[in-house]
Amino acid sequence: MALTAEEVNKIAYLARLGIDEKDVDSYAKELSGILNLVEQMSSVNTEQVSPMAHPMDQVQRLRADEVTEANQRTLFQEQAPEVEAGLYLVPKVID
Amino acid sequence: MYNQTIAELAKGLQAGTFSSQELTKAYLERIKKHSDLNCFITVTEAEAMAGAKSADQLISDGKAGPLTGIPFAHKDIFCTQGIKTSCGSKMLENFQAPYNATVIERFNQAGTVTLGKLNMDEFAMGSSNETSFFGPVKNPWDLSAVPGGSSGGSACAVAARLAVGATGTDTGGSIRQPAAFCGVTGLKPTYGRVSRYGMIAFASSLDQGGPMTRTVEDAALMLQTMAGFDSRDSTSVDKPVPDYSKGLNESLAGLKIGLPKEFFGESLNAEMGQVVDAAIAEYTRLGAEIIEVSMPNINLSIPAYYIVAPAECSANLSRFDGVRYGYRCEAPEDLTDLYIRSRGEGFGAEVKRRILIGTYALSTGYYDAYYLKAQKIRRLISEDFKKALSEVDVLMGPVTPTPAFGLGEKTGDPIEMYLSDMYTIAVNLAGLPALSIPAGFIDHKPVGLQIIGNYFDEARLLNVAHRFQQETDWHQKSPVGIE
Repeated sequence: MALTAEEVNKIAYLARLGIDEKDVDSYAKELSGILNLVEQMSSVNTEQVSPMAHPMDQVQRLRADEVTEANQRTLFQEQAPEVEAGLYLVPKVID
Repeated sequence: MYNQTIAELAKGLQAGTFSSQELTKAYLERIKKHSDLNCFITVTEAEAMAGAKSADQLISDGKAGPLTGIPFAHKDIFCTQGIKTSCGSKMLENFQAPYNATVIERFNQAGTVTLGKLNMDEFAMGSSNETSFFGPVKNPWDLSAVPGGSSGGSACAVAARLAVGATGTDTGGSIRQPAAFCGVTGLKPTYGRVSRYGMIAFASSLDQGGPMTRTVEDAALMLQTMAGFDSRDSTSVDKPVPDYSKGLNESLAGLKIGLPKEFFGESLNAEMGQVVDAAIAEYTRLGAEIIEVSMPNINLSIPAYYIVAPAECSANLSRFDGVRYGYRCEAPEDLTDLYIRSRGEGFGAEVKRRILIGTYALSTGYYDAYYLKAQKIRRLISEDFKKALSEVDVLMGPVTPTPAFGLGEKTGDPIEMYLSDMYTIAVNLAGLPALSIPAGFIDHKPVGLQIIGNYFDEARLLNVAHRFQQETDWHQKSPVGIE
């Protein structure tokens, strides 16, 4: 399994992850290497095996529908790159 | 003082031989003296001295617990309120967590002192501490070698005696491998035993926090503080926590030790084989019975892991978007540009590789072939462990294929780096507890013995490991030149 530079760019866009144009070929090579490594899995027949998502096979614990978190907006927004009037600022999305 | 264990320091504090303030000051001076090891990302001097003062008060008021006044250091993956929590990344270079991780809260409630935050591979992705934005940590036994990773700062700090104990996290070996490379004791508990609340997520179904110390006795004391149910972590397991120190001295007569034959094949380095054989011989003298077991699917651990972990990583790290916290690029043109450049500039190369692999494995058309397949392989590996642990009490083997490799030696080839975790990864896929204890030296560098136990059988693991430390002195050796 070998990934092309074009595929790497597509995956990077899906992840909204900027990668330098000059690094695309080395990413393609490294990712292809990793995919070859994981290819070993296809040597095993797993038709009858149920997938394991979690080590304890737990189900999600339920709790009463009560408010447990206090509003700490001001505290949390101290960590934000840009806020105004209690709102997170991003570049304009609609004209 | 810094040569003493947690158990010894606790006695000294209770007896008034020294105060927590004296002890904390001595550690802070040592941390400064050995800053070239690059163990710490942040040293919290003022907070540590204030904590020591309160601890001394508790001790003199007779209100102290077993760890009150003991100085610890924490991996920089645990959120610490008002203190920088970087996760080894430029993305969180200026992030001050607005709350404490449950693990941190528990150490605070126990009256311990926090010396600072420890260096690590970026977002815990790495096996050498070389992916840290804050530079690599050095191995105190050989300054040209890596300390292992991702809890490299934790292992180095304990080995160099810059902290008597440190927290670590283990997703594919990140506690056990650096513990082995630095000659310290490291325990990865059962998945769900230690709360993950406030522990920055890498691969949520694999991550688990645990203690790193010089002795097993100390690991039991730290785990006692860390373990237990937490309603704020939806995967925390609600099960009583036993007294981990109580059974440390139990006899090992009749203990059944399984040796997975797949660990001892041609791939095992001959010198590493000798170290493990010598350790097994010690256990035979202690009355244990050695049984060969087979785990036919364990060789597929690395392939399955390098789909499951990156898939979960790509989902978890999508929260770093440059909007609510963390790094934001300069002058974004529009929202898409803000996302792409903030993430592109904020993450390092290894993190990017894993986000890309994970995104690919989860994308339309590839999900079944990669992610679902890996989850099925995970089931097979887990069944192998279940069968083996129905025949024996614990499993033993090497922690790493070789002793610590050189700084820069494997950074050019990610796959070469991944293969250094071949003996540790399967345990995380199954969710089992395992520990690494010092078991010898190869080329003057420490190597470890891995002991794997059944779910929630940490007490037995600690007992088995403690008895070894009573018969051997590998764990008492200190790196030459780090005085």
